[in-house]
Amino acid sequence: MKPAPFAYKKARSLDEAIALLGENPDARLLAGGQSLVATLNMRLSAPGLLIAINGIGGLDGIAHKGGAVEIGALTRHCAAERSDAVGKHAPLIARAMPFIGHPAIRNRGTLGGSIAFADPAAELPACLLALDGEIDAQGPKGKRTIKAGDYFKGLYETALGPQEILTAIRLPAANAGSRVGFAELARRHGDYAIVGLAASARADGKGLKDVRLAYFGVGNTPLRAEKSEAALARGDVDGAVAALDLDPHDDIQATGAVKKHLAGVLLRRVAAQLMEQRP
Amino acid sequence: MSMDIDITLTVNGERVAERVEARKSLVDFVRDDLGLTGSHVGCEHGVCGACTMRVDGVIVRGCLMLAAQCDGSHVETIEGLSDSGEVADLQAAFEQRNALQCGYCTPGMLTAAQELLDQAKAKQSVPSRDEIREHISGNYCRCTGYHAIVDAVESVAKARAGVKS
Repeated sequence: MKPAPFAYKKARSLDEAIALLGENPDARLLAGGQSLVATLNMRLSAPGLLIAINGIGGLDGIAHKGGAVEIGALTRHCAAERSDAVGKHAPLIARAMPFIGHPAIRNRGTLGGSIAFADPAAELPACLLALDGEIDAQGPKGKRTIKAGDYFKGLYETALGPQEILTAIRLPAANAGSRVGFAELARRHGDYAIVGLAASARADGKGLKDVRLAYFGVGNTPLRAEKSEAALARGDVDGAVAALDLDPHDDIQATGAVKKHLAGVLLRRVAAQLMEQRP
Repeated sequence: MSMDIDITLTVNGERVAERVEARKSLVDFVRDDLGLTGSHVGCEHGVCGACTMRVDGVIVRGCLMLAAQCDGSHVETIEGLSDSGEVADLQAAFEQRNALQCGYCTPGMLTAAQELLDQAKAKQSVPSRDEIREHISGNYCRCTGYHAIVDAVESVAKARAGVKS
């Protein structure tokens, strides 16, 4: 089980990486490599060139500014896990972190890589969708920002163009009225989810408003459960479970019917988390 | 563009300069090119943890890093951790507690456990059994010896912190 041969080039700048992508249509970007290298080893992917971007300066770091938390694409999971700014201002990310892989994976894997790869069973894409976050990208035509709701297009397919590089993600910073919830079922802690749920809401008296539920592991992309969001905002947990309009496919881990049942179980757990929190 | 890369790195304190295939994983490099066979190859897709080693001070999957990415890095394998005496007490505890049967997972287990114990030392705390299980959650033992492994790591954690077991 060895990768098919490929060339390797370490990019020294974002512009160089963008140019290399343009010259080599079968190239892939290598950041933490914790998903990509596994797919290379299994020959699910056989690029002609790997463009290593780990050495590009200015693409990592976590900043709390202007009511938002901005996380550079090359920020490693372990850095986000230990970050006070993430714990305080992006509590959903902090809750999700321990579920991502294992310590040795979190030491290498990057937040930008997870969002760019867009595995449908991964935690961070769902968190970004639940928080209504944004993605910054840079390409040959310059920079642009993409809303999370417009970003996930299909199975491992995103709005990023072939020569665009994800440079950062941005999340609205939590405040006293923010509520978040996270739950996941996996056979072994740290493995990809059978089903998972990331959620955000705002406190509204004793109830909730602006509820956003983003499931992962139940479709080709992270999926909102909008009817259930409306029911939860009315305080109707049973109604929210009944309104789940997910249609997960069978996969190696569970049948679609089991996944749908588990989605309801997770919804009850996350609803309790959303309603319990007090500033 | 070349399929081969020249790399210079430090492995267990020794400077190494080699030409490697770009596709060669770090674990294959240390085993096949350097003859350091203590790091084991298990699943080759990041699941089992048998290839766990340290790069620039943190544990990584040797099968999910390319040797080419380690140009300029400091790599430490179980041979280095063992020869320096850094994990001597962990090794003794694994032996005493029967925390290995076939031994295939042991280098990865020791390397992962050592990172947790280093973090605990920095925080001046003793990791709980749950924290030990969480930190070795990415390391499979197919002889199913987890209980004894947790016992061994816990006993060393307490001993290093000066706590009586």
